[in-house]
Order: sequence, then structure tokens, then C-alpha cells
Amino acid sequence: MASGNRTIEVELSTTGLDAQGRPQRIPLVTKDSGAESLVNEPPRAAEPELLADHMLINIGPQHPATHGVLRLVLELDGETVVRCVPHIGYLHCGFEKIGEYRQYNQIIPWTDREDYLNSIGNNVAFALGAERLWGIDITERCTVLRVIASELSRVISHLVWVGTTCIDIGAFTPFLWAFQERENVYNLLEAWVGARLTTSATRVGGMAADIPSGWLDGLRNFLRTFPNTIDEVDRMLTRNAIWVGRTVGLGVMTPDEAINWGLSGPMLRASGVDYDVRKDFPYLDYETYDFDVPVGTNGDVYDRFLVRMEELRQSVRILQQAVGRLRDGPVNVDDPRVILPPKSKATSEMESMIHHFKQVMEGPRPPIGESYVAVESPKGEKGYYMVSDGTSKPVRWRIRPPSFVNLAAIPKMVEGHLLSDVIAINASIDIVMGEIDR
Amino acid sequence: MGLIAPPDHRTVSYIPETQEGWVATRLDFLVNWSRANSLWPMPFGTACCAIEFMATAASRFDLARFGMERMSYSPRQADVLICAGRVPFKLAPIIRRIWQQMPQPKWAISMGACASTGGMFDNYAVVQGIDTIIPVDVYVPGCPPRPEGLIHGIRMLQEKVMNERIADGRIRDEMNPDPSSQLYIPPAAINELGEPFGNSVHQNRSAP
Amino acid sequence: MTGRFEIVTAGSAASDAPAPATPKKVSHLGAPPNPTAAALAEHFPFALDRVSVIWGETVVFVKANAVYEVMQWLRDDPGQQYDYLSDVTAVEYRDFEQPLEVVWHLRSIPFRRFLRVKVQLPKRGPLEVASVWPLWKSADWLERECYDMFGIRFLGHPDLRRILMWEQYREGFPLRKDFPLRGRFSRAEQLRQALAQNPETRYSMEELTVADAFEDLPEEMRKRLSAGERTGE
Repeated sequence: MASGNRTIEVELSTTGLDAQGRPQRIPLVTKDSGAESLVNEPPRAAEPELLADHMLINIGPQHPATHGVLRLVLELDGETVVRCVPHIGYLHCGFEKIGEYRQYNQIIPWTDREDYLNSIGNNVAFALGAERLWGIDITERCTVLRVIASELSRVISHLVWVGTTCIDIGAFTPFLWAFQERENVYNLLEAWVGARLTTSATRVGGMAADIPSGWLDGLRNFLRTFPNTIDEVDRMLTRNAIWVGRTVGLGVMTPDEAINWGLSGPMLRASGVDYDVRKDFPYLDYETYDFDVPVGTNGDVYDRFLVRMEELRQSVRILQQAVGRLRDGPVNVDDPRVILPPKSKATSEMESMIHHFKQVMEGPRPPIGESYVAVESPKGEKGYYMVSDGTSKPVRWRIRPPSFVNLAAIPKMVEGHLLSDVIAINASIDIVMGEIDR
Repeated sequence: MGLIAPPDHRTVSYIPETQEGWVATRLDFLVNWSRANSLWPMPFGTACCAIEFMATAASRFDLARFGMERMSYSPRQADVLICAGRVPFKLAPIIRRIWQQMPQPKWAISMGACASTGGMFDNYAVVQGIDTIIPVDVYVPGCPPRPEGLIHGIRMLQEKVMNERIADGRIRDEMNPDPSSQLYIPPAAINELGEPFGNSVHQNRSAP
Repeated sequence: MTGRFEIVTAGSAASDAPAPATPKKVSHLGAPPNPTAAALAEHFPFALDRVSVIWGETVVFVKANAVYEVMQWLRDDPGQQYDYLSDVTAVEYRDFEQPLEVVWHLRSIPFRRFLRVKVQLPKRGPLEVASVWPLWKSADWLERECYDMFGIRFLGHPDLRRILMWEQYREGFPLRKDFPLRGRFSRAEQLRQALAQNPETRYSMEELTVADAFEDLPEEMRKRLSAGERTGE
């Protein structure tokens, strides 16, 4: 302890109690005045390069506006952010480890839970990756159903984004509109796979279930009424002076920075880079659908908002085309390596029963190899990298989380902005902590 | 000591000399009724259950009917902690601290399978039930529970609140963990709660 | 006030590349490799161990000591332009004798190409490899996560500390195969350690440069901070 300085222990109101019930204390150095000091005392003469008059503010991990359990430590000069250090890992649940202990079809419920706003989209992505490990091409009907599933998933994810970003910036009503529309999609998903949120809709080689009769009419109804909600949100926000004032010019990433920082999805496209996995590395026959990919110019929060709103409209367009091209046919591919025999055969023929038993107990076994299939999730480039050693459980299941890489750029984006802008920028990244921490 | 189940609040034990009078029971009713119908939730939402919680608060399932639309993100002003989602070990001290920061009277709802028992995450990273860290009043099963399920859990909590008695001094006692171990319940009990469940031999075995 | 939707960077700089289409009937091992593989064999004949094509994806095995040069060439060469680092991860096989593989997924946006670069690290040796953070900033957190989960040190990374687990996590590196699924310690012990960690009252080196606590730090730590070091605790 240097002479002339007195170290006292200050009780910070944010740290609470330790296990013994005593307030947590951090040693801090105070002025020599002898008075009780708070954290934010004016600076002493410190090293000239250290700006000791800055405040250290901790946001989270429990916070309404961090979109999950994210902790941001900000260095503030008054109200301006000088530096930001994000801390994650508060939702780390060992997905990748568990993937090594589960058969491929058993991993599908796990894919629901990591990016829980894009559950069915993750199911599709995983099934594509697993089918690549076997070299299976899915049926025509399954392809179209998966496109419908992915685009519905994009719609509900962007609706959550719109709703929660509006709340963060201060507008509460679009949240209710967005969630009401999500209920319509939830009804559809529930009719199809039985669950609203955690769908587990795909299986390796096909889908868990085919759509029930009348489902397409429900989807057509939804597509008829949904653009009205998009227009409503658009009318409320796009030319709204408050919205524009709070979002334009915030968190700008230039195209080169965006590529170097590995951003993807609407974050990258708002910066002006035309990279969409559906167009550049297509899957599920996306090259045969007629849709546009919105690309912004400034790379700020407002552009990200515009890109996502336009993506909603484009998703509606893709869904209408997909509904038009759905034809009857088998949903599951006819490959005995991955698909169970029909129940009628499994209960009457011996070899089908044995086949069924082995598939269920041991699980389908892919050839030795690895595959990486990336899809365009609402957050960005989502990929599942699977390595197989010939057994029914993968050696490695890696989730390439778009929000994780997008969030890493937040220290770059918030420098120089105000504290409330940090919230707006954080909201514009569209993070899902489940995917970031896995 | 620890999380021993308190005597069943629904069975009223009649000890004539402490039998409460009409005023006391009416006062109880008034206090409990006002508490139960204005439980301000502290949404400790982490994962998918948080989305279903938000859907419950939205227009279709409307939590405002129960007086719970005022989400209190500051624990100091909250009544009920709704832990919606999985709680990894890194988050454990935080939920403990949030719980300690909430003033009495407070209740906790553990929403979803992961908050109640660790759910499908029986691995190195996830707390096997937040009742090993904080005392829980109502468990809502589901993965995620439907909004109707959560509302059922909230109604159960309201019933529990309605059956409280001011004269019962034990219900508002703060639990004191064993200082040397920081655990509310003894380590053996925690290990037992966290044991693998079911008879599947495949869950913890990597291939082949 | 509408955003002008104008394309700034578009793919297919390679004029002879076919229009992108959904891969169908992908062959297990026989698909043609990415042109980068041939270019690499020409430029780095001694760094390249082998090339394999699996399910249409080109995998390039590189020697561990040559990784940084290869990556730099891949990014900067005008014929390659792998400007996008998609992922950095590692694979440990169940067979102990097989080395640990560090995997980089690279994309070239102008050329619409995908490349997987792998380095094999024998488990008995030090698990170290060069960091590509100076080349792609996206490697920052990706490499931290790889360190956290596998214990692989990335030399040259500015701030290599745990990211998903808490910094004083003592059980080990979770994604290693010798780490049991449910952890090494008992549940009660894990809970005890978790409750004791209290990360909010421990700030990293970087954050401490800000706080008034600078004067109170030990001399050695102050020197390191003034020298610009940012590595954790």
C-alpha cells in the first residue's frame, strides 16, 4: 500500500451479499481526505495516460435489455462510452459436449433449444448437415416443407427482434403486434409438429410429420393477413422522427470491417455486403425461388432495421411460392440406413422388426467423415459441423453460432456512443444468448 | 435444517388457545388477497422459457389479468421471481444474489424443466434445479411450458398466498445457508437430487 | 427516408465459376477439390501435408508451424481472397493416439469458395498453434472459446482467457474426451465452487486500468498494465 493513500473497503450496492450474509467488498483506493468515498470519486493525479475520471459501469447479466444473460462492462466518460468489455458464458449449457453422447436424431431436440427463436430453422440446418454425412438427397416434398419451415422461422425470429428492439428503444406497442402475429405462426407449428416453440420437426432423411390436411389453407390465411402487420409496424417506425433519431448513425460497421469481424446475416448486409448463404451457397433449392436480398448502405442500426423489415416481406414472397409448388409425395427419403420401416411392417415382419430395433437402440450410423452445412438463419450464417467416426454418436458436434461472432464486434460498435445507444446497438445485433453460450 | 418441506399449509392445525379470531382471519384475507392479485414478477428469463413467458405476457394470454403485467426488473421491487430457463453454474451466484436482494414477502416460481430439475441438461454446466440454490414455491413443468401451464402455476401460487397466515411466523424466515459450504441443503442431498434419472444406459455413454 | 439498397460486394469474381446451386448427389470422396488446393500445393509445398475432399468440401492439412503464413497468403493473395473467417474450432477423436485437430473454416466472398484448413496437434506435445487474430478479427472470441473448451493456446492472441466458463474454473477443459459429461467433481462441489466464483467482483486486467483501483494493484501488475497487456487475472 503506497503511503499517503488509504485503502478502505467500500460496499458496492450492486454486489449484494456473500455466503456469510455479509456485503461484498472490493478494495478501492480513496482520497486522503479521510472521508468515506464512493466508487466514482474525482481522479487523483494518476499516470497521465490513464484516464482515471472514467466510470466503470456493469450492465447485466440480469438486465431487461440485454436480450438474455449478457454482461457488459462499460467505461464511461460521462455518458459517452470509451470502452466496452462484454462477458458471456452465463448460459453455457454444454450443448456440444452432450452432442457427443446422443444419436443424430436425438440431437434434434437440442438444436431447438440453442437458438430458440429459430427452432425449426435449426432443426432444418442440422438435418441438412446430418444428411450430408450420409450423402442423402431428400425428397422434393421434404425440400419444399423445409423451405416453408425455415421461412416461417425467419418470420417469427424477426418479429421477436422487432418487438424487443422497440421495447428497448421505448416503443411498447409493436411488441404486442409482433407477438400476436407470432401466435398465428405458433398455431400453425403446433398443428404441424405438436409444439409451439421447441419443434424438433425434422429427422435425418425427412421430417417428423407431414403437414395435416387444411394446414396449407391456414398458411395461406396467415400470408394474406401478415403483410398488414408488417405495414403497420412500418408505418409506425420507418419515418418516425424518434425512431430515426435514435437509430441512424449508430453502431456503424464499414463493409471491410464487417467482413473481417466475421459478421453475417442482416448485420453484414446492412453494412453493404451482399452475402446471403441462400444465394451464395444455396441449399434446399433456394436458387429456384424468386426473392431479393436487401442490402443496406450505412451499416447503422436503422439500416439493420430496414433490412430485417424487408426480409420479412421477402419471406412472405418465398412462402407464397413454396405453397404454390408443394406437390404430393413421400416426405421421408426411402433409405433404410436412416429411416425406420413403417410401423405395419415393423410389427409383422421379422427383419423390419430387427431393423427398427437396431435403428432405435443403436441409432443410424453414418460413414466416417465430416460435414459442414451452413444455412441462413435469421441471425446470420448458422452452421453445424459434424465429425463422424462411423458410430451412431458424433465425435464432434460444432455449432457455428452467428450471434457469437456478431456480438464479438460490439466493443467496436459502441465506442464513442452514449449509454442508451449501447442498448440500441445491442438490440440491433439480434443476439440469442442460447446460441452464443450454447 | 434446510429445505425440509414445511408443514402442509392446507391442513389447518387447530390449537384452541391460538385459534385466530374473526378480525385476524379477515385481516389475513385482505393482506393475502391484495398480495396474490398483484404479484409483481421479476422475470429471471434466460432461455426458451423466457420466450414463452413473454408470450404469456403478450396479448393472447395476457398476464395483466392477474395483476402481473408490471415486470419488475429490479429485484428490490419484485414479489415473485420467475426463473424461466436453464441456469448454468456461472449464473448460480447471480440468481442467488437476485433472490437475496428481493425483500420479503417473496415467492419463487421455477418455470420449465431446466429450472426445476436441470431438464435435459444433465451435464457439467447446468445447475440441477434451482431449488438447490433458492427456495422454490411452485414448479411449472414443461419444455417450455405452454402459457396456459405457466398461468396454472401462477394460480397455484396465488392459492398458496391466499392460504398464508400472518400469525405463522415461520413462513417469512429467510433461509441461512451453512457458511462453510454456502449450500442451503446438505451436499449429500444435492448429490442425490442431481443423480441421473431414469433407466436409460445410453445417456451418459459416448459411442460405441 | 429509405435505405438505398445497393450491392457493394458481390460474389463470383471467378468468371468461370458456375452459378451457385444446391449440391445434389454429392459424392463421398470423389468430388473435385477447390482450386485453392492446387494453388497451395504450388506455393507451400512443404507446409501442406495433404488435401482431401469429403462430401464436396475441400480439407487442407497444414503443418502447425506454417499456419500463419498459409493463412496470410490465403487472405491476401488476389487469386484466393479468403476474406471471411467463418469458424475456428477443434476436434478430438475418441482414439487417444489420433492427434487433436484445429479446424478453420474460411470463405472467400468474392470467389464464393469454402475451404477447411486443419492442423494436427499430437496430444503428447504442447497444444499450441498460431493465432490468426491479426488477420481476421473474428478469431478473437472463436479462439478464446477453443481455448476454454480444449485448452489449446493460440500464440499471439491478445487476450486468451476463458469465455464460456468462469475464469477460475478448475474442473478442466470440458470438450476433451477425458472430461466426463457430468464433470469431474460432485454436484455439491460444483455448486460450491460456482457460488464462490463471484465474477462481478473480479474485473479483468483490462477493466482495472479504468477503475480507481490502479494504485492499489501490485507493482508488477501495474507495470504490465502500463505496457498494454490485456490478458486476464
